[in-house]
Amino acid sequence: MATVLLTIVLSPLLAAVVAGFFGRQIGRSGAHTVTIAGVGLAFGLSAYVLSGLLSGSMLPYNDTVYRWLALNSVGLTMEVGFLVDNLTALMMVVVTFVSLMVHIYTIGYMHDDDGYQRFFSYISLFTFAMLMLVMANNFLQLFFGWEAVGVVSYLLIGFWYKRPTAIFANMKAFIVNRVGDFGFLLGIAAILMYAGSLDYVDVFAQASGMAEAQISLFGSGSWSLLTVACIGLFIGAMGKSAQVPLHVWLPDSMEGPTPISALIHAATMVTAGVFMVARMSPLFELSEAALAFVLVIGATTALFTGLLGLVQTDIKRVVAYSTLSQLGYMTVALGASAYAAGIFHLMTHAFFKALLFLAAGSVIIGLHHEQDMRKMGGLKKYMPVTYWTCLAGSLALIGFPGTAGFFSKDALIEAVHFSEIAGSGYAYYCVLAGVFLTALYSFRMFFLVFHGKERIDEDARHHLHESPWVVTLPLVLLAIPSLLIGWPTIGPLLFGDFFAGAIQVLPQHDVLAEMRADFHGPLGFLLHGLQSPVLALAFAGVVTAWFLYLKNPLLPREIRGRLSWAYTLLSNKYYFDAFNEQVLARGARLLGSGLWHGGDRAVIDGVMVNGSAHAIGRLAGLLRYAQTGYLYHYAFLMVAGLCGLVGWLIW
Amino acid sequence: MGLLSILVWLPIVGGLVVLAVGDRLGENGARWVALAFSMLIFVLSLGLYTGFDFSTSSMQFVERSAWIPAFNVEYYLGVDGISTPLILLSTFLTPMIIVAAWEVIQQRPAQYLAAFLILEGFMIGVFAALDAILFYVFWEAMLIPMFLVIGIWGGERRVYATLKFFLYTFLGSVLMLVALIYLYLQAGSFSIPGFHDLPLTAAAQRWVFLAFLIAFAVKVPMWPVHTWLPDAHVEAPTGGSVVLAAVLLKMGGYGFVRFSMPIAPDASSALSGLMIALSLIAVVYIGFVALVQTDMKKLIAYSSIAHMGFVTLGFFLVFAIVTDGAGLEVGRSAVMGVMGGMVQMISHGLISGAMFLCVGVLYDRMHSRRIADYGGVINTMPKFGALMVFFAMANAGLPGTSGFVGEFLVILASFQANFWCAFLAATTLILGAAYTLWMIKRVVFGDIANDNVRELTDINRREGLLLVILAASVLALGVYPAPLVEMLEPSVANLLTHVTQSKL
Amino acid sequence: MVGLTHYLALSGVLFAISLAGIFINRKNMILLLMCIELLLLAVNFNFIAFSRFLGDPGGQVFVFFILTVAASEAAIGLAILVVLFRSKSSIRVDDMNAMKG
Repeated sequence: MATVLLTIVLSPLLAAVVAGFFGRQIGRSGAHTVTIAGVGLAFGLSAYVLSGLLSGSMLPYNDTVYRWLALNSVGLTMEVGFLVDNLTALMMVVVTFVSLMVHIYTIGYMHDDDGYQRFFSYISLFTFAMLMLVMANNFLQLFFGWEAVGVVSYLLIGFWYKRPTAIFANMKAFIVNRVGDFGFLLGIAAILMYAGSLDYVDVFAQASGMAEAQISLFGSGSWSLLTVACIGLFIGAMGKSAQVPLHVWLPDSMEGPTPISALIHAATMVTAGVFMVARMSPLFELSEAALAFVLVIGATTALFTGLLGLVQTDIKRVVAYSTLSQLGYMTVALGASAYAAGIFHLMTHAFFKALLFLAAGSVIIGLHHEQDMRKMGGLKKYMPVTYWTCLAGSLALIGFPGTAGFFSKDALIEAVHFSEIAGSGYAYYCVLAGVFLTALYSFRMFFLVFHGKERIDEDARHHLHESPWVVTLPLVLLAIPSLLIGWPTIGPLLFGDFFAGAIQVLPQHDVLAEMRADFHGPLGFLLHGLQSPVLALAFAGVVTAWFLYLKNPLLPREIRGRLSWAYTLLSNKYYFDAFNEQVLARGARLLGSGLWHGGDRAVIDGVMVNGSAHAIGRLAGLLRYAQTGYLYHYAFLMVAGLCGLVGWLIW
Repeated sequence: MGLLSILVWLPIVGGLVVLAVGDRLGENGARWVALAFSMLIFVLSLGLYTGFDFSTSSMQFVERSAWIPAFNVEYYLGVDGISTPLILLSTFLTPMIIVAAWEVIQQRPAQYLAAFLILEGFMIGVFAALDAILFYVFWEAMLIPMFLVIGIWGGERRVYATLKFFLYTFLGSVLMLVALIYLYLQAGSFSIPGFHDLPLTAAAQRWVFLAFLIAFAVKVPMWPVHTWLPDAHVEAPTGGSVVLAAVLLKMGGYGFVRFSMPIAPDASSALSGLMIALSLIAVVYIGFVALVQTDMKKLIAYSSIAHMGFVTLGFFLVFAIVTDGAGLEVGRSAVMGVMGGMVQMISHGLISGAMFLCVGVLYDRMHSRRIADYGGVINTMPKFGALMVFFAMANAGLPGTSGFVGEFLVILASFQANFWCAFLAATTLILGAAYTLWMIKRVVFGDIANDNVRELTDINRREGLLLVILAASVLALGVYPAPLVEMLEPSVANLLTHVTQSKL
Repeated sequence: MVGLTHYLALSGVLFAISLAGIFINRKNMILLLMCIELLLLAVNFNFIAFSRFLGDPGGQVFVFFILTVAASEAAIGLAILVVLFRSKSSIRVDDMNAMKG
């Protein structure tokens, strides 16, 4: 098993190294062949591992690969190792599958780009880093993967390094993520302080003791060490999974090529935070405060970033905001202790959101890198495959009954409804409102792009045609699970024992157990869902979108005029960016130059260093007046001194 | 003659040979001779690693004979796990510097290379000396080649920079001499291991600690005696910057673990609050200052100060880590702190050296260090751009590079001391990324900014080889730091037993 | 009877005169040199007086040494004076303040 797992991890790495360092020698086709082979191998083996775990022919694996560092005198070891249970195996399959699809799609999408080999190298490297993250059996490796995916994301957002916006966006993404990692590292430190180990199993075994340990932060008030650790870890998740207020980097990350928006900024990397919290469920379960924090942050993200999707005109940004909102949903599920529902939504979302991004990308290449939806419309007849797959993705996203998104989102909302953790009432209304919004903005995009009047540039229309098969094949392959994956998986994932051993929930928090009583197969769930307000809200959203953007295309402008304050607020993204740039970034620079000019230059160098030199100079300047240069003065002083000395000796 | 003696004196002999025959052999001849010497020394120094006994904390490769019997001064050399990696770092970097200077230094190349060879001998001497006077002689002698390197081959304001450098470091070391003489009077010999076991009163310890503090704090450099470093770096030629950042700064850290902490443990403990505060100021304050630098070398110099703050933080955390009622394991964090500081020293040697080499590569082509003069370098220098981004990431402490290991250990350890201490230390994650990546954004990425950038040529084989070797070692140390830690550990553990035992 | 005290008094007076010459004289460097010679002579006087009084001829040997040194000093001093006069066209003591800080 160890060999299999190592092969899964190392084959994308090896492919990335080959494509990256020998890209010129192996050429374009060589680069995509080797990376697709690497990721394909990883996918095949991951599927093999998952099926082995499901059938029981393999047991969960937890072992060390090598010892990274050991402090023998105090018995602390830090290792690189793999923990592969059902949760990990599911993530591995999702990651490698989406990655494989994106690899194939990239052949078409990046066809004309100079950095073809480099791009393949990066996405393979990303696959390696993401696998390291999900397969980690300790916090060190988790952090390693955590930062490594961040770096590859940095490289990929700035892939077109000539664009000023791209290189601004990648720096912003990295630094905002670092703010999250800051919390993450403190969380790890808190855990290590108590548990004396970075290994998951050792740490989880001591979780209950940790919940009782106290730490004082502000004056005399003391906090549970576990709460501090969990909130720290979750701050890391907020950065990586783009939760308010650390969400600002994700929309900007759309500066990167579309395939990586699908892979990194929709399907895999941004869900790392969700995965991590689910992995840490034995810790989070013991801290109600941390769960409430998670819940409120998730709910806020789900609702308020969804609103922003309404005013975007860039097709990728609409999908990006919808990703933010859906990440909020997953986080809400985590906060409600329905970790399985969060992971379930993570999985379905990975399929349909990757699909939506790739479909958007297909539209974008069809229109020669036009991303403005105001210059689209009526594309249905030109791009049928893209149209139908995008419809599938959108239906899944809004939770149309029977699609994968329906099962995961309905279960998630239901779970929040049952939850009794502080803030769950707020969260419930946020996610319900979010359902309406999701339907509204996704069908707004859908109608604006594929239906209605054609607003395409003339010369773009001449070249407009359906994308090549390397682009449409991944769309179709992703559309299938987007529509169907919910049927076979909802039972075992949510209500079965698929996650037994990987996710731990305390009985008093176990909302899924309450739902389990009412669960009678996927069909029963479907019928039950038909009566819930969720469906009505989603339907209302679609109808509203139809009414506003197809029936009365002039009405939105009217509304915008009436509600200009709201429009201004939304189009400025609640002024988060303005605040970050004007207050935080500028403040840091002002502080820096203040410390430099005021502290280093004026006080230390000016007063202390050069000041002491000048003081000595001035003292010497005074003393030199005693040095007249006249011999008779010196001689007189000499004699006077002699007399004085002799006089003192005699007296 | 033992291996250590060879390592100390061979570079000096080599330097003298280069000086003597350099002008006769022509410029290239001098370069090859210098390179041959430095490579030979590096290969010989590997003997320290292969012959090293990893299981003991006692001094190895010891050589001891009388030198000035009247004052009980000995020629006493020896290394342990703390000094060996530093010696290896010096011998590893010297050939790099010689190669880096190959076509770049056209003015008096033989003398330049000889200065670095002689400096190498003195540096190894500092790390290997176990007699305080021997140590002091090497410590001061080191200033001379460095002084000459900056003063002769430096930039425009080199006179100001050399004077500042010299006076700062000299002022500190004079007080150290006073402390050493006091210790001699107490102990009756200049043996450093002897000093470790010397009982001292609290007041004496405090004075000794303060005298050492000034010497070492200037060298590290700690805030607020750091301002010589940016000036010296900016004016120094590339090789000078590399050796300054990579090895000379480490002398301060080495001094703390070799002298201050074991000789005056009670004073170290009493003053640890001050030391931690200064270290945290270095991390946070300097992080902000680095953010607004407009000169690349200055920026890296400031980032060096911030990174060295982690070294002192890790060392002095030992005294701040307290047991609480729950009886948490404290030894762990103490070892992690010191170990983190040591690993950070080695790693910073590699990374900052590489960063200065990168700036040197750009400076050789454009003769400017101003960030504003660059932009879009990656368009014309793709290989160089990739390497520079890699080193920048390492500088920002990316996991998988050596820069992460030390910071990680120190931050984890500092949490044990105090939450806010860890909080401030961890801001380096944000600040480090901000100042490094902002520079990278303005220098490396973007469209070609001006015609000078358009005419840049990518790195040649010589430069590529240097940077790739450094990148490989940074990566290796980040992915697998265990061998280094293994070498350090017995000595660190031994240090901690000395340090935690009160001498009162 | 002329005793030791008288010799010592004379020597003291000569010494005081020569010192006063050094302090007060502002005009002529040659006077300065002469004063220095006089200073040495006053010392010689002491030596001879003590030598006679204590019956130790060593003191007189010293006097010869001092006379030799004084002679060579006067020679060198005059030589310097000549060089000084050439470069400064003056032998005024007040002009000789190159050591002024």
